Amino acid sequence: MSEKVYINGIGALSSQGQWHHDLFREAKELSRAVTPVNAPSYKGLIAPGMLRRMSSGVKMGIYASQQALDEASISIPEAIITGTGLGCLIDSEKFLHGVLDNQEEFLTPTAFIQSTHNTVAAQIALRLGCNGYNFTYVHRSVSFESALLDALMQLQDDQASTVLVGGVDEISPHTYRLLQLAGQIKQNDRNERVKNSESIGVNYAEGATFFTLSTLRTQTSYAQLVDLTLQHELNKEEVTVLVADFMARQDRDHQLIDALVVGINGDCQYDGYYDEFSRLFDNIPVLYYKHLTGQYDTASAFGLAVAARVLKEQEIPEVLYWNSDRATTGLRNILVYNQFNGKDHSLTLVRVC
Amino acid sequence: MSKPKVAVTGMGIVSAIGLTVEENLYALLNGRHGVSRLENFSSKWNSDIFVGEIKYTNEQLTGMLALDPGKPYTRTTLLGIYAARQAIRSAGLKDLSGSRTGLISATSVGGMDYTERYFYDYLTDPSLRPYITTHDAGDSSQQIAHDLGINGLVTTISTACSSAANAIMMGARLIASGRLDRVIVGGTDALSKFTINGFNTLMILSDERCRPFDNERKGLNLGEAAAYLILESEESVNAEQKEVLAYLAGYGNANDAFHQTASSADGQGAYLAIGKALKSAGVEASFVDYINVHGTGTVNNDLSEGHALLRTFGEDVPLFSSTKGFTGHTLAAAAAIEAVYSILAIRHDKVFANLNFQHPMQEFSFVPQSTVLQRSIACVLSNSFGFGGNCSTLIFTEQ
Repeated sequence: MSEKVYINGIGALSSQGQWHHDLFREAKELSRAVTPVNAPSYKGLIAPGMLRRMSSGVKMGIYASQQALDEASISIPEAIITGTGLGCLIDSEKFLHGVLDNQEEFLTPTAFIQSTHNTVAAQIALRLGCNGYNFTYVHRSVSFESALLDALMQLQDDQASTVLVGGVDEISPHTYRLLQLAGQIKQNDRNERVKNSESIGVNYAEGATFFTLSTLRTQTSYAQLVDLTLQHELNKEEVTVLVADFMARQDRDHQLIDALVVGINGDCQYDGYYDEFSRLFDNIPVLYYKHLTGQYDTASAFGLAVAARVLKEQEIPEVLYWNSDRATTGLRNILVYNQFNGKDHSLTLVRVC
Repeated sequence: MSKPKVAVTGMGIVSAIGLTVEENLYALLNGRHGVSRLENFSSKWNSDIFVGEIKYTNEQLTGMLALDPGKPYTRTTLLGIYAARQAIRSAGLKDLSGSRTGLISATSVGGMDYTERYFYDYLTDPSLRPYITTHDAGDSSQQIAHDLGINGLVTTISTACSSAANAIMMGARLIASGRLDRVIVGGTDALSKFTINGFNTLMILSDERCRPFDNERKGLNLGEAAAYLILESEESVNAEQKEVLAYLAGYGNANDAFHQTASSADGQGAYLAIGKALKSAGVEASFVDYINVHGTGTVNNDLSEGHALLRTFGEDVPLFSSTKGFTGHTLAAAAAIEAVYSILAIRHDKVFANLNFQHPMQEFSFVPQSTVLQRSIACVLSNSFGFGGNCSTLIFTEQ
């Protein structure tokens, strides 16, 4: 019998600021092509000398991870697992500019050292003095979900009792400009929201979302993380198979879904996957969040935070409703679905605890 | 409860010493290294450094793979497809679709080779833009999955130079937990200006051929390669009466938590990773017949790894060698190509030579095996360590 796994702490930084109680009441819908994080002061958490050298991704990661650990009253987790779609873009770009602009001369190692994809997980381990398991997944829109699957397996199969898991992605100007040229990010002069999106591309942003997972249920527990599955490719018609296969392997009392959290981001071409998904469930609330966080590869981690928070509070903030169906009974099971460009699908099941 | 066995039923490799498993084995047995001057692209350092370069251009590789030359394939992807297809063939796998088959690939540079080529030109030349979205690490894995027809679990691990060991580890855990029946695991990394200059600024590139575990060692040679293993569950092996090449008996990952790039003097992370792997394999240290060390040839790595070996094995360190003198340090692919070499060591009862070794390190009484040696090998331990203090150990066994 597998251990039960609980979400005992959440930390996040997004365009809406840090994870806090009134976040959804104060949240403002994004309408710009690119919105930076609304970052707090990192003073006190990170030494001034380090603060100057660290890119925003590392700082966001450290902040959000510490928030998640603090809430769960954990000082050193047994494993640290992160996901990032594009990695440490700022330092990568900085080093690349140096290589290209100066014909491979006058380079210094700092940016290169910090450009490695596992920098955030490594820096968290370094500051906590954590010698445990330390993995980083870098696979587009399932970067976070890969980390989450690993974390679940650490707790269910590999005898770990506390795991820190999170996702982080940062904005860097040149790469985001290129993603605009490639049609992934909306043009600067568009001023569209997720609900009235009509041009190609989506509104992008940056952020970090971390969770302290544990096999122990505590006073701070938000919800139980039951299971998740990843799938590389499927057609819209196959969404029903993905969901049916996933639900079939769950216990019966987990099969009654009370609400959905979806990664709808205003992408005219691929949001149809979420319509297919929602259609499989009758008259239950469908919640979205990327109108608040923007799109980035690990934004889906915020979707899990939304589900966990709703289960804990047993209340759905008005700003999260995608449809008009309201919850009629208590909220027990929430299913979270995300994909990007019709690829990298993930389903995550969370349950009240 | 004993851990379910994870079998290796196929492998594929492309490196500076060969385009197939057989070519790699031939080079290893005959001391033919693949470390040369950089030729595939121009760099300020062409005549200053040695690299383990695969002497085929992207166009040639695209042709050899019969891929559409109009599509944006990075070199990392091309090398990955090359090795992964071999692995599939060697395991006799046919249909890879469905939710019981996965791909866990590792890369550190991803599509950096095209990003560094077109970084500014993208702004003005629309014809280049299909390459923009090949930059990220996930692109190569998606392309490999697409080429092989895998539509289930596909993901990418990037933990610098231990990446492929971690991909292999995750794959094994997915099988052990019953989530998958078979999984293609390994890594791919191409040489790029970005990494060459990065390692150069750290002053750990040697201007000679690397000399792992030599007292006079001057640094590492970078390389490029890809390698994949097919891991399968016992049930899957039994159902189809498959030949098993070796078993992945144990694995461990730990963090040195000492410095972003340098390893601790006492090799704490490495020591912990080796210990976890031995425990997970359920074997005593004395059971290990051969260690394929990380052995990059940098002053720091070999000293730190040596201390980890001393702490684990005492003065009775098993036969060990670094094969990086053959291939260069192939970064995120290194642990995958060394997994192939570890399995070859078991299959052919050989310890491969640690090339260019002359002077014992003053800190240790043990020395690497400097010539190829015939010896019964039933258990191989393979180390891989990366930036961010990331330390991983894999243990392969015959039974």
